[in-house]
Amino acid sequence: MKKTIASLVTGAALFLAAASFVPAYAGEFILLQSTTSTQNSGLYDHLLPIFEEKTGIEVRVVAVGTGQAIKNAGNCDGDLLLVHAKSAEDVFVAEGSGKQRRDMMYNDFVLVGPSSDPAAIKGLADINAALKQIAAAKAPFASRGDDSGTHKKEISLWKKAGVETVAHSGKWYRETGSGMGATLNAAVGMEAYVLTDRATWISFGNRAGHEILVEGDPDLFNQYGVVTIDPDHCPNIKSAAADRFVDWLLGPEGQAAIADYRLDGQQLFFPNAENGDS
Amino acid sequence: MQDFAASFFEAFRLVLGLNPGLLEIVWLSLKVSMTAVIIAAIVGLPIGAFLAVARFPGRGLLVVTITALMGLPPVVVGLVVYLLLSNAGALGPLQLLYTPTAMIIAQTILVVPIIAALAGQTLEDLNGEYRDQLMLYGLGSLARLRTLLWEGRYSLMTALLAGFGRAIAEVGAVIIVGGNINHVTRVMTTAIALETSKGNLALALGLGIILVILAILVNALVFLLRAAAERSAYA
Repeated sequence: MKKTIASLVTGAALFLAAASFVPAYAGEFILLQSTTSTQNSGLYDHLLPIFEEKTGIEVRVVAVGTGQAIKNAGNCDGDLLLVHAKSAEDVFVAEGSGKQRRDMMYNDFVLVGPSSDPAAIKGLADINAALKQIAAAKAPFASRGDDSGTHKKEISLWKKAGVETVAHSGKWYRETGSGMGATLNAAVGMEAYVLTDRATWISFGNRAGHEILVEGDPDLFNQYGVVTIDPDHCPNIKSAAADRFVDWLLGPEGQAAIADYRLDGQQLFFPNAENGDS
Repeated sequence: MQDFAASFFEAFRLVLGLNPGLLEIVWLSLKVSMTAVIIAAIVGLPIGAFLAVARFPGRGLLVVTITALMGLPPVVVGLVVYLLLSNAGALGPLQLLYTPTAMIIAQTILVVPIIAALAGQTLEDLNGEYRDQLMLYGLGSLARLRTLLWEGRYSLMTALLAGFGRAIAEVGAVIIVGGNINHVTRVMTTAIALETSKGNLALALGLGIILVILAILVNALVFLLRAAAERSAYA
């Protein structure tokens, strides 16, 4: 009995150890360092099977904030970068990590808040005025605080509104230091206003009493870009396969697939690759 | 309360429907964490046994350090392993980042101190009881270590289970070094984190309930094996 158990345990151990070192998928794959909204909204679940079916190239997505995605890609830990902070993407290319940055699609940011709306901003068409009112009312505002694309956008909007958020951090201005979803959960929990991309908001399951209060300001435009990695900077990356994916994404088929994606009857992303290179 | 009811419903729906996505995630979770515990046992048990019997200057400091490392923050371990395995890091050429192997490495680092510290304590107590007998037999120190490990095997299961509990429950390390890639490195805890960030709280909690049940099953299995083995050993 003792021996049986010992050999059983040893056998199981060896099997497990061996099984873990066999890769789950032996085919060709590329690693995509990505922002979270494209994953959380289900866009990849829609796009990637089409591309994989066509080319046999598996796309593995690591969805983190834009800041972290750029950092990871700069460490050569990704074959491609898909984020939404154009200036940071341009820096990434200028520094020599990125090869080429191109527009891929857009949607917009929306300002979400509790329906009680303590700063009375509902229906304002001007994000600048809305932020000023929130600051004046000292109404709770949840910020990503994580150097993501949405966070960068939010900072630029506060700057434009002339509000020094640093001085209010920890009071009405609350930096969660987390992803979009976690920040939305926090905002819902503390009745705070929060800036989010529309795709994440539409697909978000825990909206509770929160709703879109400000939208439609041209300043809320949200451009997604795709950036190839420079093989001179990262000799190990799979340039050819990554280029195929980019060509497909920006070509008529990929662009149509992006436009086709709908959640609750709403289109989440609008392809705009024909705008060309930056 | 409604959320909790919905979570149990989600958990049942996932389990009863034998959701293939769920099975894949559960299987990977078990595979990664069990492998990590096995490797950590191979490393940690001898360390624990050595600490239990050896007497040398600085031993106290070493015991305190290893015991303190039981509290290693997973996110820090994840970060260190990421920096090592990154293409920009020392072990980059191994191409292990964002693979289950990377997750096993991170969890092994988290579990080794737990197994070593707990095993050390167990074996030290045992050594106190048996020392005179072992001396009497005139066993060498290596043979003494082996005897202690063998005699303490049932109590040591607790150390292994504590390590397993740590491994299967942590998210901070595996999400950094694994990347939470669907079908490749997504495990129970990273799936829970993802569903939480999507605001699917009922589904996230449902997955959490399944994770707890899984941990109970593993512990129950070990408990039964141990009971059966003890019966046959002392019968």
